Amino acid sequence: MSCWETIADYSLRSIGIGERLLPRENFTLCQQVVLIGSGMIWNIYFGVIALVSGFFLATAVALGKATANPLLRKPSEWFIFVFRGSPLFIQFFFAYFAFLSLKSVSPIFDPFTAAWLGAAIVLFLNTAAYSGEIFYGALLSIPKGDLDAADAYGFSGWTKFRKITWPTMLRLAWPAYTNEAIFLFHATTLVYLSGFPAWRQKGDALYYASYFADKTFNPFVPYPILAGYFILVTLVIISLFGLMNRRLNRHLPQDVRGRIRLRMNLIR
Amino acid sequence: MACYLTTGKHMAIYWSVGTVLLLLAITAPVALAFGFAGAAAARSRFLPLSLLGRGYVAIVRGVPDIAFFLFFVIALDQFFEWIRHEVKCPDWDQPIRQGNDFVVCAAAKLPQGNSAQWIHETYGFFLAVLTFAIVFGAFAANVLYGAMRAVPRAQLETAEAYGMSQRQCFWRILVPQMWVFALPGLSNLWMVLIKATPLLFLLGVEDIVYWARELGGSKTPRFTDYPHGDWRMWYFLGLLVFYLAFTRVSEVALDRIMKRLTKGQATTGGEAQRKTA
Amino acid sequence: MKKLMIGTAALAMLAGAAWAESHSVVRMGTEGAYAPYNFINDAGEVDGFERDLGDELCKRAELTCEWVTNEWDSIIPNLVSGNYDTIIAGMSITDERDEVIDFTQNYTQPDPSAFLAPEGAELDMEGGIFAAQSGTIQASYIAEMGATLVEFATPDETIAAVRNGEADAVLADKAFLSPIAEADAELAFAGDDVLIGGGIGMGLRESDGELRAKFDAAIQSMKDDGTLNDLITKWEVGETF
Repeated sequence: MSCWETIADYSLRSIGIGERLLPRENFTLCQQVVLIGSGMIWNIYFGVIALVSGFFLATAVALGKATANPLLRKPSEWFIFVFRGSPLFIQFFFAYFAFLSLKSVSPIFDPFTAAWLGAAIVLFLNTAAYSGEIFYGALLSIPKGDLDAADAYGFSGWTKFRKITWPTMLRLAWPAYTNEAIFLFHATTLVYLSGFPAWRQKGDALYYASYFADKTFNPFVPYPILAGYFILVTLVIISLFGLMNRRLNRHLPQDVRGRIRLRMNLIR
Repeated sequence: MACYLTTGKHMAIYWSVGTVLLLLAITAPVALAFGFAGAAAARSRFLPLSLLGRGYVAIVRGVPDIAFFLFFVIALDQFFEWIRHEVKCPDWDQPIRQGNDFVVCAAAKLPQGNSAQWIHETYGFFLAVLTFAIVFGAFAANVLYGAMRAVPRAQLETAEAYGMSQRQCFWRILVPQMWVFALPGLSNLWMVLIKATPLLFLLGVEDIVYWARELGGSKTPRFTDYPHGDWRMWYFLGLLVFYLAFTRVSEVALDRIMKRLTKGQATTGGEAQRKTA
Repeated sequence: MKKLMIGTAALAMLAGAAWAESHSVVRMGTEGAYAPYNFINDAGEVDGFERDLGDELCKRAELTCEWVTNEWDSIIPNLVSGNYDTIIAGMSITDERDEVIDFTQNYTQPDPSAFLAPEGAELDMEGGIFAAQSGTIQASYIAEMGATLVEFATPDETIAAVRNGEADAVLADKAFLSPIAEADAELAFAGDDVLIGGGIGMGLRESDGELRAKFDAAIQSMKDDGTLNDLITKWEVGETF
């Protein structure tokens, strides 16, 4: 069986297209690379969904935590504290339990016990909490002069937020937020490891990597392949976020851009 | 109830809390040392060293810690045994890899095959610490590298103007000043490290999550004096409280340090501090 | 030819000397989560059929043994890497495993796997949803059967999945499922038992032939004098020899 056939059979296996049975014997390097790559579809799916949806909630919680009104501040603080303070591992466990018990209440909740929705929700809440904290930190470090200047120009309320506060917050938070995005993609490997069951052998990259490690009894091939894929994903994230960073900092003089990027090198 | 909570198995879970805390206490400084070495290497003018430092940071940061844990411990163990093998048994003529087996001479075994169980466990713990330190060292290196770059250039130039050597500049000017810039990143790293401990079971260390799963799983009366249904919920709730409390304590401690550092800075945070004062 | 034989004999002697040195303590690797074969008892120690069996085998082979637990997923890589010397963890003898490690003769009869389902349920072998622990022979069996396979990391979770309706039934070793079926009135065996894999044997490194021979002989002697059958009856792990 040539490698092209393997690609045709297995490159979309993780979403249920192609050969139904996984390879059973005579494992080739090609099979391992293709199937683990196929699993990456799920990692990228979870990462992108959680990152995009989490961004909006994160902005909301960051503002919530920064307001003086305790009705908004307290829930935001607790939300951030609980999701940042507990291991994702345990969050997946509780989410699965909770979704299972909701399932008996109404069939509406049926899809929640499946990874594509349930795990995406957990990751969404998790990343919202982490990014929320990063954004909150950035809100606090907005130079006072910027806001004074905004006041002097007559900006107020929504316009001030949209034109001054929010872009500055993003600019300051961006390097740390890049790290958060990297971590989030890495965290997606936990979904099938301990959180949600894999259906019809459709799993993420780690699922297939451990399948091969289990069948060939040799962990030194599949896991480095998995690592290679993730290094690629990380590089893509870094360059995409780098482009965005350039755009956010386009008004600054050249040498200062680099400075800010490195100075705010927080990680989650 | 009191009997149930003091079974040997429960003792094991209490013991494992200590293991986790000890691991954190050892890993943090070791990882910091790795990070410092990595950052210093990455800054080096000597190209191969600089590439080594950058490569270490880029590769280890790019790989999910789980994937790393799943094969790295075995690799590390084999690497140590291989080195000892080369040193201790130079006249060994059999191949190290016989088919799938990894075979070294008995003297090179780590730990020695006939040593007590606690030595094996300590060795496993040591491997886990090293693996954690290597992974988190890469992140720490990234933070410290950024912090070193953030120290105002003028400071270093002044030092050079005073006739300090490269080495003196680095140790007397750069290193003392960089901590201010590194602290937020390092405290974040500490939080991540705390929350990575449930992955310890992948490294063969029986941690709290392992025991919570083991104790919480439903038990039939045939194999235990205390049969019960699926109690994992309650045990995990306990873990949740443990982690939240631990995070809270760390947060309070780190907040204190951070407050001292933001004092007087012309930022929203500093402004808020001034208003309340 | 003669030269070759002398060479082999010398090698064997060398290996023998090294072996005696390195195996003064034999480390027995098990999972500790698969009652009645092996589990952690209330005192936090390894217990079960294989604990009794292993201790007896070590006594007969005059070896000092020590018990260690390891995650199921990495149990074979850790054996070949030399972190312990045997796997005694309810591991069925299969061809694919036999390529990587060596097995002693089986110490249980091939144990049928059974479907455990909610009381009174009918199994739909084509369209049903079946749970299994990932990486087990049962998981591969369901995948090949054509039904929907749901995989969980631990045996406990597979049972929980049937209880809460995520899966129609769980496929696992019958000896593991029977005590659960007895204790829980809502669960019962369904459908026909299936025979997958050979019996259970001890796994050893391929390079560890001498240790394997010792355990093999000890198992044989236990089979001969009937003590193995007593243990099998005591722990209810399938048919006797």
